[in-house]
Amino acid sequence: MALAGDRFKEGALVVAPLLLGTVPFGLIVGVTVASRDVDNLAGWATSLIIFAGAAQLALIDLVDTGAIAAVAIATPLVINLRMAMYSAALATHFRKLSVVDRLWMPYLLTDQSFVMSMARYRPDEDRVTIKWFYLGAGTMLWSTWLLATTAGVVVGAEVPAAWSLDFTIALVFLALLVPAVATRPALVAALVGGAVAVMSLDMPNGTGIIVATVAGVGAGSIADWRLSP
Amino acid sequence: MSLWLIIVIIGLGTYLIRLSFIGILGKVGVPGYIERPLRFVAPAVLAAIAVPELVAPEGTVAIGFDNLRLVAGIIAVAAAWKLRSMGPTIVAGMVSLWVLDWLF
Repeated sequence: MALAGDRFKEGALVVAPLLLGTVPFGLIVGVTVASRDVDNLAGWATSLIIFAGAAQLALIDLVDTGAIAAVAIATPLVINLRMAMYSAALATHFRKLSVVDRLWMPYLLTDQSFVMSMARYRPDEDRVTIKWFYLGAGTMLWSTWLLATTAGVVVGAEVPAAWSLDFTIALVFLALLVPAVATRPALVAALVGGAVAVMSLDMPNGTGIIVATVAGVGAGSIADWRLSP
Repeated sequence: MSLWLIIVIIGLGTYLIRLSFIGILGKVGVPGYIERPLRFVAPAVLAAIAVPELVAPEGTVAIGFDNLRLVAGIIAVAAAWKLRSMGPTIVAGMVSLWVLDWLF
């Protein structure tokens, strides 16, 4: 059990520098909940129920601007689709764990816990490290996320509009976007997605985002197919 | 539809996405026709959300130096590229917007 505790601590410490991003991101989500026309308790509960910042932010924005339910549901889910990739990569390690662990541990899967775990795991990693390193990282990120979003909701109503804090939403998405365009096909997907989104601004209730995403994924796939040897 | 129901559906859907391949044990490899397009979802959807916020902050396209959010956004992209970290990127973008707002 000592090893389990060590691994848990290691995971928690490894993500500590990343909290520099998690804390402001969580504060922004909380402040957005408090300053928009969204039920505060429901908005706050997205941290527990969804636990994925970009999706939470998109949902609050869509609900506040009057998007139809189908779009308000589809857009956050599309944003979270990237986690299917993480699930695929982690699956080769997680198959060593019990069924119960495999069922509940994915709840803690995030960009950060995925990146850190994959960087830590060796090709034939032992079960204790697989489970407890991941849980250390995941628990640290989860508790920080809940504290930061809660703090954001509490102070949110006091933030003056003149500070233009709504701009932080665009900045959060840019900060996630830049490292995601590491390859040329990914850059094509982003350029087409962004351009189509601008062209479909007049489409009703946020449906343009879905159309733009489909176009971007299509363009990226074609570019990938054309560029691959 | 109530907001709570929407949140629960998204929460459940997100959980199922996270569970997906871990749930099916990784016994079956991920087919290429699923894995390849998945790689482009993140760049496409993130750009689809972020770009209109910069290019058309008021709802209509405004490309030029008088669109302060576009200028601040470009500075933030440069910061994100250099620093690869969310906190400093947000600070760079917000400070740029405030300074530009104060100057012009």
